[in-house]
Amino acid sequence: MTEAFEPVIVGFTCNWCSYRAADLAGTARIKYPPNIRLIRLMCSGRLDPTFVFKAFSSGADGVMITGCHPGECHYVEQNYKAMRRFILLQRTLAQFGIEPRRVRLVWASAAEGHRLAEEITNMVEEVRQLGPLNWPTAPDGVQVTRSVEAI
Amino acid sequence: MSKERIGVYVCHCGTNIAGVVDVEEVAQWAAGRLKDRGVVIARDYKFMCSSLGQEMIAKDIHELGLTRVVVAACSPHLHEQTFRTACKRGGLNPYLCELVSIREQVSWVHTNKIAATYKAEAVVSGGVERVLQQVPLEPLHVPIHPATLVVGGGIAGIQAALEIADAGYHVYLVEREPSIGGHMAQFDKTFPTLDCAACILTPKMVSIGTHPNVTMLTWSEVERVDGYVGNFTVTVRKKARYVNTELCTGCGICQEKCPKKVVDDIFEAGLGYRKAVYTPFPQAVPKFPVIDRDNCIYYEKGTCRACEKLCPTGAIEFNQKDEILTLQVGNIVLATGYDLFDPRRNPHYGYGRLANVFTSLEFERLSNAAGPTDGKLVLRDGITEPRTVGIIHCVGSRDRYFNNYCSAICCMQSLKFAHLLKEHTGATVYNFYIDMRTPAKAYDEFYQRVLSEGVLFVRGRVAEVTDAARLRGEEGKLIIQVEDTLAGKQRRIPVDMVVLAAGLQPRHDAKDVAKLFGISCSSDGWLTERHPKLDPVATMTEGIFIAGCVQGPKDIPASVAQGAAASARILGRIHQGEIALEPIRASVDADKCSGCRICNDLCPFNAITFHADRMVTEINPALCQGCGTCVAACPAAAISGTMFSNEQILAQIEGLLLLNLNPERAVTYASEAVAA
Amino acid sequence: MTSNPDGNPNGKPKFAMCWAASCGGCEIAVLNIHEKILDVDQNFEVVFWPVAMDAKYKDVEAMPDGSITLTLFNGSIRNDENEHMAHLLRRKSKILVAFGSCACEGCIPGLANFSTTQEIFDAAYAGISTDNPNGIRPQSAWDAPEGTLHLPKFYPVLKTLDQVVPVDYYMPGCPPESHQIGAVIDLVIQALHGEATLPPPGAVIGAGQSTVCDECPRARNVKKITHFARIQDALIDPALCLLEQGVLCNGIATRSGCTALCPKAGAACVGCYGPAEGVLDYGARLMTAVASVIDSTDPAEINRILDSLPDPAGAFYRFNLAGSLLRAGKAAWAADRVKA
Repeated sequence: MTEAFEPVIVGFTCNWCSYRAADLAGTARIKYPPNIRLIRLMCSGRLDPTFVFKAFSSGADGVMITGCHPGECHYVEQNYKAMRRFILLQRTLAQFGIEPRRVRLVWASAAEGHRLAEEITNMVEEVRQLGPLNWPTAPDGVQVTRSVEAI
Repeated sequence: MSKERIGVYVCHCGTNIAGVVDVEEVAQWAAGRLKDRGVVIARDYKFMCSSLGQEMIAKDIHELGLTRVVVAACSPHLHEQTFRTACKRGGLNPYLCELVSIREQVSWVHTNKIAATYKAEAVVSGGVERVLQQVPLEPLHVPIHPATLVVGGGIAGIQAALEIADAGYHVYLVEREPSIGGHMAQFDKTFPTLDCAACILTPKMVSIGTHPNVTMLTWSEVERVDGYVGNFTVTVRKKARYVNTELCTGCGICQEKCPKKVVDDIFEAGLGYRKAVYTPFPQAVPKFPVIDRDNCIYYEKGTCRACEKLCPTGAIEFNQKDEILTLQVGNIVLATGYDLFDPRRNPHYGYGRLANVFTSLEFERLSNAAGPTDGKLVLRDGITEPRTVGIIHCVGSRDRYFNNYCSAICCMQSLKFAHLLKEHTGATVYNFYIDMRTPAKAYDEFYQRVLSEGVLFVRGRVAEVTDAARLRGEEGKLIIQVEDTLAGKQRRIPVDMVVLAAGLQPRHDAKDVAKLFGISCSSDGWLTERHPKLDPVATMTEGIFIAGCVQGPKDIPASVAQGAAASARILGRIHQGEIALEPIRASVDADKCSGCRICNDLCPFNAITFHADRMVTEINPALCQGCGTCVAACPAAAISGTMFSNEQILAQIEGLLLLNLNPERAVTYASEAVAA
Repeated sequence: MTSNPDGNPNGKPKFAMCWAASCGGCEIAVLNIHEKILDVDQNFEVVFWPVAMDAKYKDVEAMPDGSITLTLFNGSIRNDENEHMAHLLRRKSKILVAFGSCACEGCIPGLANFSTTQEIFDAAYAGISTDNPNGIRPQSAWDAPEGTLHLPKFYPVLKTLDQVVPVDYYMPGCPPESHQIGAVIDLVIQALHGEATLPPPGAVIGAGQSTVCDECPRARNVKKITHFARIQDALIDPALCLLEQGVLCNGIATRSGCTALCPKAGAACVGCYGPAEGVLDYGARLMTAVASVIDSTDPAEINRILDSLPDPAGAFYRFNLAGSLLRAGKAAWAADRVKA
């Protein structure tokens, strides 16, 4: 067994384009590395930066955000909001010392299984080069253990 | 320890999944490692979607008292409904079932079995965490108003309107121009049968005009759309015609007597004239003219009023105002058609500079017996018949500088032109084509016929049309410079007339229309259908349908078929009386909302309303399409979204990453050979 | 009602207040409740409150576990002394309240989590305002002729109170507003007399459920951001929402309860009341809201607009960095790992 670092990447997909692109990649038996785990959202506009922080703080080494191409959003224009958030998020993450390349925004239409697979392959390689992020936070935050009903 | 009782079902899908993922291991792992998360049973089965697989779930729900179900199988786009129904049969709220994909997203895209199994476990763990945060939901039931709005009175819109009206329901047909008919009314013959366009279109136009179930609103435009499927409120501006349609008999005296001649850029494609008071063409429906305010002498100078003086019924009303109408409809069909590619954009072909270069639409008007030349195919001088004609295909289409797509109709249209030229003038006709595309019923036969009529075909994209003669025989001609790719040489072909088969492109205001109706366009500008193959006339917005060229270039039969298809979809809904919608909706917690108004401009469907009196924002669940953008944007977390709540997504992230926190499972898998 | 409603046979319920890594403003805020301080005295026996009265840690250590009814703990956990007191008071207290922004979410001291210990010490002991010619740095142990002296050990990553011990209630604010402190004290006193019930454990007390905009009188419209301005650089309409004028006002994401003091006074909300109810990461909420209303669809223009917001992380996490999901910058965590 080699000791190669295998990054874990959380991918957020849009129900209408990139999730279908992932389906298409499957149907077409296009291969990509198993390091990505996908979450389906209805739209890239649903992408809340909290999810990215959550992924990093729970052990992800990279986060891929995917959506419909500009101008092709299923919900007309919500992918632009994802784009704005992404740009600001990257700037903010840089201040945390998190390499901007650990988050990637990818536009992939439902027909672009190949493109999505390629982007995933590239990103896995890139994050592999960056090395583990290994954010040292516990999976759970606030714990309330003591009862105050005694009072 | 969770209080929920979860069943996990891992599908083999024959060998589709089991060939790569160790499904038994995944099930065992879930039963053990996720026991404290509430998993009480985890099974693997050959085909979960089979009736036996579904019964297994229903039975477990009954016997084991499951409160949540996770199925690890194929894409939810394939079988989500199947397993929800199975859960429902077992007595569980169908939305408490989570289908996670370990086929499309695991077994079909990965080859390393250890890594694939490991990922499948992560995916199952994500599904378990997510479903734990799910709440029981019910589909939303929305009543359907039985009236329908059809926008665009071309052939697609006419067909849609007639189908619905004939079925006994009311239709509002809104048309921007003074008459319905669209592009088809401008044509002379229609390929491949060469029926006369007017002969087959006019009866349909008349039916619209006289149908008791149709309210025809020509010279009108939709200004605003509120509401949602089943219950749209549409605001229509009925532009002032300056003609009282109650009094007008359509006798035409006003048009005859009007002293102001105007070049008709729309119907006659700039080749002919109309008056300042006009109907676009003799068979116009409705028969009432409009006064073109921009060109009317009275509006310009304050005098004239010839039409008013001579109208036998006193129908001219110079002081008429635009009317604003409010319509209630349940569904909407958009059939707003296309614009012709403007060949001026490609200066190499000389259109607008070289007189005898015509567009396809100009040629249609020339060939039309009711057109400006009474059907005579002549040069721009109006008298000379061409002896040689070059028809250039793919003008603005299949061209990376303009539009990449094929406009679909130009090959057949060009063949029709060639045939008409042969028939009427006996001219020598060249077709310059890239590929001949004649794939529909009786189309290729028509191509064969035109070939046999002696029309010449040169395969190659024309480089230039010029009047600069270089060789003998070129003087006074238009010279077509082309690489004949079959002969393998450059050719210069002198002709008298050039016809440019200009492509179709989205209406110049298609993006505004899309925005107005809350639907999306492709990057080209064609309105986007729900599914390109399986749902071509529905859109992603419930209750809005598209038909004809607004969806993409197509010929008359396809436009008619789409008009009819859209109306069939709508009639089905009207008959049902209501529609069930997925309960993916956002809502605002009024106690938490501070009325900051961040979300107010984020919704393209106008579902978000701000109540200034209470200083809170509210979301109309019927208008909400469930994208979740406002949920993600709310700085106070006052907006929550069903099916994709923060809790669900955060839990899924944690679930997906559970294995990383478990060092003894830290399998290292050598980088998988990515499909070589 | 008897005078010992919590069953303490020796008299009044006991009260403590502790000052960890903080500025001391929270203590002043408690004193600032004016005559209500007499109610505190009437209803509680103050057993530990270093700023107000003399007490020794060992006195607290000697108390029976759970013998203090109410402890207001202000300040974050910057060093091992802070952590020791957190554990100690947790053990001794029935109700432990994270009091003020430092204890709740790290506050301004938490912003140091973007820096390494080295950088922090450089700023504190070698900055231009520091007269330290010998370059002396704090040591946790130092051998003096008289014996070994000990100073608390400085942690590379500052923690919030609930990151070291379980906390019963959170009372936000920098500092908590006096009227809110008064109301909470009233509530606890009423609960002691059985006249009210306390909220469920883990709740935020002494604050509203909504955000600062709820209490802000400024008019507001649909938002579209085309630039960011600092308040001194812009001509500000005193009646209009600051964010609409390009001033990053954190009020949209900040819990209500302060009566919108800053925006009312013409300053942008800095976010000291922390996240609204149910929010996991304050900075993310602010970031996503602001980004969503940037008025452009062109990446180059979006970048241009964001160039006018030079320190987004500092602006979004001014009070919440230590309490955020990531809690600290990568460099601080690296130092933390070395320490471990």
